[in-house]
Amino acid sequence: METILSTLNGLWASNANLITTAVMAVVVAVSLLQVVPLMVWLERRGSAVMQKRHGPNRLGPLGLFQGIADGIKAVFKEDNPPAHVHKFFYRLAPVVCLIPAYMTFAVIPFASSITIGGHTINFQVADLNVGFLYIFSIASLGVYGIIMAGWSSNNKYSLLGSLRSSAQMISYELSLGLSVIGILMIFSSVKLGDIVRQQGELLVQLGPIAIPKWGFFVQPLGFLIFLVSAYAETNRLPFDLPEGESEIVAGYHLEYGSMHFALFMMAEYINMTVAAALTVTLFFGGWQMLPGLPQLHQLIIEQFQLVALAGDGLRVLFEFGSFAAKTAFFLWLFVWVRWSLPRFRYDQLMDLGWRVMLPLSLVNIFVTGILIYYKVV
Amino acid sequence: MIVKNKPGLFQRFYLLEALAGLKITISKIFKKKVTIQYPEERREYSDRYRGMHYIKSVNGVENCTACMLCPTVCPAECIHIEAGERDDKEKYPVKFEIDSLRCCFCGMCEEACPKDAIKLSNIYEMSQTTREAYDKEYLMEQRGHK
Repeated sequence: METILSTLNGLWASNANLITTAVMAVVVAVSLLQVVPLMVWLERRGSAVMQKRHGPNRLGPLGLFQGIADGIKAVFKEDNPPAHVHKFFYRLAPVVCLIPAYMTFAVIPFASSITIGGHTINFQVADLNVGFLYIFSIASLGVYGIIMAGWSSNNKYSLLGSLRSSAQMISYELSLGLSVIGILMIFSSVKLGDIVRQQGELLVQLGPIAIPKWGFFVQPLGFLIFLVSAYAETNRLPFDLPEGESEIVAGYHLEYGSMHFALFMMAEYINMTVAAALTVTLFFGGWQMLPGLPQLHQLIIEQFQLVALAGDGLRVLFEFGSFAAKTAFFLWLFVWVRWSLPRFRYDQLMDLGWRVMLPLSLVNIFVTGILIYYKVV
Repeated sequence: MIVKNKPGLFQRFYLLEALAGLKITISKIFKKKVTIQYPEERREYSDRYRGMHYIKSVNGVENCTACMLCPTVCPAECIHIEAGERDDKEKYPVKFEIDSLRCCFCGMCEEACPKDAIKLSNIYEMSQTTREAYDKEYLMEQRGHK
């Protein structure tokens, strides 16, 4: 027993980084998978309540298990590709869509660090020094999956859908990239961990209300452009032209069925989750606790006389809770917007992208530069 | 006539209009739902609803005298009657079948019947798992409340 413990201790001491990263990678990947059925449920229930309906309410409490049933159905459905498709790329496309969506979550920090046995654990799968540039570069790979799906389906509607998707991605990636330049200038870092840590600082004190240096308060216009571009990047309404049910049937995933189609859905929902998490991380303080929670945390520690590690554990729990709550709000916003706003026309979409979003983001950079020069922010 | 609504400055600034749209949808969330949750809840139908047929009987003897008015008036030609004679020389239907798939539930048979024999109940769940016809025994079950 002694020897086993000491061996384990030795292993922990020498490979702590590797072990924690591996564990976190698995935990994040698996929990990201759990978001999908939950989001399907939220989407259907959300759309239902907005239209005075009930939505799926039979399976499990409040119909929560509906997503699991849908998943099982998708797995057991017959996989029958049409005769006219290019089989290899047809099967590859959903995977190419899904993998980048998964990879992007790696750099998002979901709590601050905790020290266990002299070793500091950062709650972030990979703290890359390229930070959110990694997310943008990987996320834009997802469009290859969509183009592959459209081309290999050998169907005019699918091809139109994927063409629209690629044009839309290119147009809005510009303003998406430019909208975060302001954040980059203010926090002088691309590492998401640093950005979140700096957002905990105080911006202004308005009487009893302390306004933190959240990205939203220093970059309101940047936030707006980022949010709109993120909606376009994830192909969600009001920018869901690649799917455009009323015009091109279902767009790029028209020829797909069973689990192949479900993979596209999963990619969409995971992309949404990443977009929401990134919005929170860049503009709403990431894991910085929601107002009131730091005081509550302090109160609990004093009340129960928690020692260092327990207090830190509680802090991590609070921070993760704050991060999850903020992300959940932005996921709900995705659903809310989808069932409220009509789709843009294609020329309006391009007009908005090139003639409104792009100049606005350039103006935002310019104004931010002036403000930084005169040391306002 | 084409009515052209020229958007004002606020309408053209899409964002505020989008926020107004979001306000409308969120205000619907706690409204009363319009869905009728079918197997548990049922829609209230009028007493004049024309559903599944039945033949009214008195003391187990059908009112029908096989006068053939209902198959004559039936626009869908879905009623098939074979007349017979009872021991007391009274005419009665030996066979009385309704092809419910052809029936259009117009209720003209009910109107035509002089003996108040064929009636339409207000039962609307008529799907079956077996292929049994709507024969005389089936129709003799007193379903309606009318």
